[in-house]
Amino acid sequence: MLEYIFGVISLGLIYVIATTGLAVFTGFTGLFSLGHAAFFAIGAYTAAILTYFYGWNFYLALAAGAAAGGLVGFLIGYPTLKAKLRTDYFAIATLGFGEAIRVLLENLPITQGARGLPGIRGETNLPVLLVSAALVIWLARNLIRSRHGRAAVAIREDFVAAEMMGVDIFIGRLRSLTFSAACAGLAGGLFAHYFCFIQPSMFTSYMSTQMTAAVVAGGMGSISGPVVATLIFIGIPEALRVANIWRLVAYGLLLVLIMVFRPQGLMGYREFSLDLVKGWFGLARKGGKA
Amino acid sequence: MFLQTLLTGLAIGGIYALMAVGYSLVFSILNFSNFAYGSIIMLGSYISYFTMVKLGMPIGLAVVLSIVGAALLCWLNERLAYSPLRKRRASSLFFMISAMGTAIFLENLVYAIVGAHFYAFPEVFTKTNLTFLGASISVLDVFAIVFSSITIYALHTFLQKSRTGIAIRAASYDISVCSLNGVNDGALIGLVFMLAGGLAGVSGTFLGMKYIVYPTMGWITNKAYIAAVIGGLGSLPGAVVGGILLGVLETFVSAYVSSVVRDVFSFSLLVLLLLVMPTGLFGRFLEEKV
Repeated sequence: MLEYIFGVISLGLIYVIATTGLAVFTGFTGLFSLGHAAFFAIGAYTAAILTYFYGWNFYLALAAGAAAGGLVGFLIGYPTLKAKLRTDYFAIATLGFGEAIRVLLENLPITQGARGLPGIRGETNLPVLLVSAALVIWLARNLIRSRHGRAAVAIREDFVAAEMMGVDIFIGRLRSLTFSAACAGLAGGLFAHYFCFIQPSMFTSYMSTQMTAAVVAGGMGSISGPVVATLIFIGIPEALRVANIWRLVAYGLLLVLIMVFRPQGLMGYREFSLDLVKGWFGLARKGGKA
Repeated sequence: MFLQTLLTGLAIGGIYALMAVGYSLVFSILNFSNFAYGSIIMLGSYISYFTMVKLGMPIGLAVVLSIVGAALLCWLNERLAYSPLRKRRASSLFFMISAMGTAIFLENLVYAIVGAHFYAFPEVFTKTNLTFLGASISVLDVFAIVFSSITIYALHTFLQKSRTGIAIRAASYDISVCSLNGVNDGALIGLVFMLAGGLAGVSGTFLGMKYIVYPTMGWITNKAYIAAVIGGLGSLPGAVVGGILLGVLETFVSAYVSSVVRDVFSFSLLVLLLLVMPTGLFGRFLEEKV
């Protein structure tokens, strides 16, 4: 039983790492990626191939996976963000990119095609996951509180005004995308060494959807919101043992309901803090709404 | 071989054009990409399959029922998922998330309720071939080319000549000025969605007959979306040209290169075109409205 609970927590933490990255990108620049599973897959395959075929050290391989994810994010982002594609054009471009990566993974010799890579060393454990998640959340928090973060919020709210104030939209968006792709890559490396087996069909749009749903439900422009939402999204279906397919039905419905009734999401534009909890119970120090 | 490929491409292009017009129609009024449209097309396909094969109705009646059903679903989609956002004057990002949610919801609902079965229409049309200058073409393809041309021509006449059509074209330039001049914008948007839904019914039926009916067949509509973007979103002639162009090019790629790279080719074409011509061939929407 304890083993099972640890398993759910581990899976939750892997997704927390990827979602935190996506929260920095989508939540703070307003651009949507429908292909984030591809960065996840690149990280997973890079790290797994390095430990599996070349016997690299696990931590070095993880770093290489994150770097590969970030690098590909940069390479994809450079032309598409430079061209300032509309939000929806960018989304469809990332969808195509995700598909291209999957086709590539299925046809390259080193990835062993659709058969996947079995027998990867199982080195991901709870302490490693906790440290990685804490590190990523800390980095994300620092990033959004920095000059870069404020610029990113300005871009999301009104990019014409932001550009007129001297914010470089291209650099801001590219930096966010590279960071989030690197996070997804790191999560992918951890994922591969946790399940000890990866194949291209694991990294479908289902994964991208789940991450996007967690960011939207948790609240755009928040880090703690998506983290909490991810843990709920992983934990509740596992606890209730709901069939996979009904989860997706619920995610879809949830996205629409949030947009209609509570577009700011769970935590919208705020962070989790003690004052916020006190506010919920009417204990806020200054009185009134927190 | 060349003529054969060209004819097949034209038949697919005709169906793409129908779907792309549906995308463009909604985009021209509300300025967002209706990603839920693919699932409406999928449902249209299911309606015509079930009325024709399970209930034994003649094909003409099945097409009419599919048009009516898809039009109602599309209208309902707007009323439930978009009109609350419209009343709040939400940004196009929120519309897009809501549309994505609808697509995920509908697709997986069909999975969960109807199941992942593949349904094939009876092979009456697909198996009969006509010979034309040495190239053979199935009756279904001829029918698809003729019927899509008629539908698009009828829509064009409606938009150019009728009073309502003029109102729709006016709304595509500026919906607030249009409603200031006495057009009921809520009813107009409802009508546009019903028109788009009707097109979804027609294209869904053809798509189902040409390929197979299954829950994720809406994926093919991503191609229609690409076609609409290539032609320039919001431009109906652009959608038609884009659809036919993409259909023909794609068929040539799968005939002369490989069918594995076909989808990757379409997405790369999209990204390359957007880098060179961000508005598409005939588009006029360069930047998002803030």
